[in-house]
Amino acid sequence: MAEGQKTIEIEVLRYHPENDTEPHAQVFEIPFTDDMSVLQGVQYIKDHLDGSLSFRWSCRMAICGSCGMMINGVPSLSCQTFLRDYYPARVRVEALAHFPIERDLVVNMEGFIEKLESIQPYIIPREARTLSEGEYLQTPEQLGAYEQFSSCINCLLCYAACPQFGLNSRFVGPAALALLHRYNADSRDGGKAERMELVNSEDGVFNCTAVGYCSEVCPKHVDPANAVNQNKTNSAIDYFLRFLAPKGGAR
Amino acid sequence: MSKRRPYVRSMDGWWRRNPYFVEYMIHEGTALFVAAYAGILLAGLVRLAEGEAAWNAWLAALKNPWYVGFHLFALAALAYHSFTWFKIMPRTMPPVIVEGQRLPAWVITGGGLAAAVVASLILLGVVWGMVR
Amino acid sequence: MKPTLKRSNAPIFWALFGAGGMLSALIGPMLVFITGLAVPLGLLLPADTMSYAHVLAFARNWAGKAFILAVIALFLWHAAHRIFHSLHDVGVHAGTGAKLVCYGLALVGTVIAAWALLAVGF
Ligand code: SF4
Ligand code: FES
Repeated sequence: MAEGQKTIEIEVLRYHPENDTEPHAQVFEIPFTDDMSVLQGVQYIKDHLDGSLSFRWSCRMAICGSCGMMINGVPSLSCQTFLRDYYPARVRVEALAHFPIERDLVVNMEGFIEKLESIQPYIIPREARTLSEGEYLQTPEQLGAYEQFSSCINCLLCYAACPQFGLNSRFVGPAALALLHRYNADSRDGGKAERMELVNSEDGVFNCTAVGYCSEVCPKHVDPANAVNQNKTNSAIDYFLRFLAPKGGAR
Repeated sequence: MSKRRPYVRSMDGWWRRNPYFVEYMIHEGTALFVAAYAGILLAGLVRLAEGEAAWNAWLAALKNPWYVGFHLFALAALAYHSFTWFKIMPRTMPPVIVEGQRLPAWVITGGGLAAAVVASLILLGVVWGMVR
Repeated sequence: MKPTLKRSNAPIFWALFGAGGMLSALIGPMLVFITGLAVPLGLLLPADTMSYAHVLAFARNWAGKAFILAVIALFLWHAAHRIFHSLHDVGVHAGTGAKLVCYGLALVGTVIAAWALLAVGF
């Protein structure tokens, strides 16, 4: 390191399943410039200090959703979080909370992928149309009903912010329920009854206790807490009125 | 053979890890005061059903400094409950669309708090009017 | 293969929790002030505000009965639901046991309140 170069310490929670019985902290000192993201910090470690450090990243511009980490205990996109906001103090990075650690900063997201599949994240057409009938038209209001919930980048910060998911990993959780709502609220979609089975189930929305931190940490302003809680209302209405208007749904 | 061994971290003490969670536990904790207050009212109601002497004994007990102290804390706890209830309401209720625009969060929170003030003043006024 | 999903019966408790939460958020602080501070300490309100005659008349009136029952029962159900979830939050996963105690107490309180409101007469 050059003389007079400013440095900053990064404390990383390491875990290598082949050697370690449990995770442990390791501190690295790296050169600091005030345009460096936390992601660049851990990249410096991997490139110059310890090539065995594992973490995920791709776009470096807060859109791919792969670089989520706990930074000083807060779920954050590491490419969007800057070391200068902590300098000269030490910065602590750890794999996203509430997920099993696969290796170092990499979490196991198999459970989430299964949930993503279970919500049927695609439009199930309300009415079949042939190509010659043209496109499905939507008004700005109809678009507005779901647009915000379609901005999710699957970064999982909201799951790392959700204690109810941490306490019960079967809970479908914020992002998957927000995406589920995105399709249910789409005027072109007709799959609501099928998806409501999951919403109404014991793994569904009623695991949520309206902590609200998920929406706080979401980098895309999806407000997953709102999607979850709107569906508590939807689910409760269906629960009490299903005997009046029998039309499917979970038993 | 796979060397995979995903490590699951403990959730012990999770509510101490983040100020946001500490606040959550505090506002959830207001329920203890809501329950205790409802219990006191319930005891009063039972005393009322038992007759005038029993009622007056309950009323006198409320003057006990312990009860007054409890009600001071309960007042603070319920006020905090009101505040936090309306603060999270923009997240918990379905969006309200006015003239094509989604009602902003502060309007919902502010509206809820204003409704609480109005309802409380009406309650005080009704009590006043009934006994005067 | 899709696993069979069990429907949650939480909406019942959630609805009662919500109703009680809203009622206590709207008038809870003022109620505590009136019954717990203003009347016992002789502040603001007339000294006989909660005299036997006044309260009995209120509790014999249909609207009064409804109000008293709503306050006591909904406050209890609201608190029971929150406390049940907080127990889960702090790691007491007593499950059915905790559920029975929390919601059971709320139910018992509701029944006692209803009984007392009948017993005070009409
Ligand atoms: S809802 Fe927000 S925080 Fe959650 S995965 Fe999607 S973008 Fe990330
Ligand atoms: S690297 Fe793509 S979101 Fe950070």
